[in-house]
Amino acid sequence: MIENRPWLTVFAHAVLILGIAVIAFPLWVTFVASTLTLDEIISVPMPLVPGSHLWENYAQALTSGTEAGAAAPVGRMMLNSLVMALAIATGKIAISIIASFAIVYFRFPLRNFFFWMIFITLMLPVEVRIIPTFKVVSDLGMIDSYVGLTLPLIASATATFLFRQFFLTVPDELAEAARIDGAGPLRFFWDVLLPLSKTSMAALFVIQFIYGWNQYLWPLLITTQENMYTAVIGIKRMITSGDALTEWNLVMATAMLAMLPPVAVVVLMQRWFVRGLVETEK
Amino acid sequence: MEKRVVFRSAWLPYALLAPQIAVTLVFFFWPAGQAIWYSFQLQDAFGLKTQFVGLENFRALFNDPHYLASFRITALFSFLVAISGIAIALLLATMADRVIRGALAYRTLLIWPYAVAPAVAGVLWAFLFAPSIGIVTYVLKKNGVDWNWVLQGDQAMLLVVIASTWKQVSYNFLFFLAGLQSIPRSLIEAAAIDGAGPGRRFWTIVFPLLSPTTFFLLVVNIVYAFFDTFGVIDATTQGGPAGATQILVYKAYYDGVKAADLGGSSAQSAILMLIVIALTVVQFRFVERKVQY
Repeated sequence: MIENRPWLTVFAHAVLILGIAVIAFPLWVTFVASTLTLDEIISVPMPLVPGSHLWENYAQALTSGTEAGAAAPVGRMMLNSLVMALAIATGKIAISIIASFAIVYFRFPLRNFFFWMIFITLMLPVEVRIIPTFKVVSDLGMIDSYVGLTLPLIASATATFLFRQFFLTVPDELAEAARIDGAGPLRFFWDVLLPLSKTSMAALFVIQFIYGWNQYLWPLLITTQENMYTAVIGIKRMITSGDALTEWNLVMATAMLAMLPPVAVVVLMQRWFVRGLVETEK
Repeated sequence: MEKRVVFRSAWLPYALLAPQIAVTLVFFFWPAGQAIWYSFQLQDAFGLKTQFVGLENFRALFNDPHYLASFRITALFSFLVAISGIAIALLLATMADRVIRGALAYRTLLIWPYAVAPAVAGVLWAFLFAPSIGIVTYVLKKNGVDWNWVLQGDQAMLLVVIASTWKQVSYNFLFFLAGLQSIPRSLIEAAAIDGAGPGRRFWTIVFPLLSPTTFFLLVVNIVYAFFDTFGVIDATTQGGPAGATQILVYKAYYDGVKAADLGGSSAQSAILMLIVIALTVVQFRFVERKVQY
């Protein structure tokens, strides 16, 4: 604090509290709607205090889904989302940490060629090449499978870059000492580099978990059976045309359930999340 | 930067690179190549015959008023999302940088929307603004606003802008906060001793020093609005009414998946690839040069 201006501090708090209130308002309405009956929601205006149907709505959503829209239980969808998020996060970390180890710690023909090959993938989001990618995946017979859901999204350069940047800051003396002690490259990777990378891996894991959990377009195309839907897709499928026909109480309960894991990850692992966010964008 | 100490092996580096290269080739280069190849092809209505037509698909696109309209809509949409997201985040970050008490609590309560999927964000806001049952709609109608985004194009645009901005503010906020905290206190103190008030200090010192962050966020937000908002659009307006919110990515998806126009959709994909590459180049050049006054 440079100078003592109490009114300015009060103003700052007021702006922040107002901002938080506006940002949290949709979440509050969603939560309230998930505790009401459908009749209470569609009687305009809906109440803004929680009702008494919390357990019924969540239990119905988790075990049996809606009646008019998609009938798949949300429990199954959450499991699919979890598998997808974990597979993408660990897969990306695993293949990119070994790739950047090769690029940083070895000299070999075509090294730069491979580096640029990976670099280019940084530029093109899945959305841009969605239809040809879909064709490739369906030609490979991966529709409605976890492999088809996750493998195409593992191809990304962000993680490789993060690890490359990190490896370049690891002191050369460590590799030198390892070599003098007779350790081979894999031994050095496993016993020295991997333990040093723990923080970077945690940061990356948080970012990629959210990325995987929140995927929309890809699972929308690749899943045709209800038991392969992810939670985010499930919500969309529950909304039928027309405000009144949709079972909003169940949709909102599902929305709360779909938001819970990634929001919990961000809030509980905030330190790594902030670090991962700032580092992956460098 | 290069390592001084390296390991030697004839096969190990290739084996280590193999998984990533394999995935990249199969799911990136192959489809991207196909997208470019299809963009020069014309397919008949039954998908039985294809014919090489050169740049015909591109010529058709740029003569298509719907496609040109989609360009304008995308430009307007990404401009609104980027500007409002950056402005709100900068205001909140400046305030959060000022308070000491409860700083961590404020940060926690402001960053969680980052974790919400774009499609879910769309559903939340669509519910608030739903034409017949929405709670915000109720308030608006009471105040004499005729609110129905299902029918009115500019209201639909407003809805998707709000939902997209809401999700992106937390991201911008974190970067601005980091930027603000890296500004040396001595600069601010010197200006304060010279008699500059908080507002003056902000515009003459803080804001110029934040310009690299602001520029970086501008590019990132435009990329976000171009591509990552697909979920928001699909969960709310689906490009409607009458194409009023049909951004380029949504049109490429719609023409390819729903209308089964493979050539046209691939040509759109190829144009989108060019846009992404251009944006990336701009980002790298300016980030290297560090925009500053």
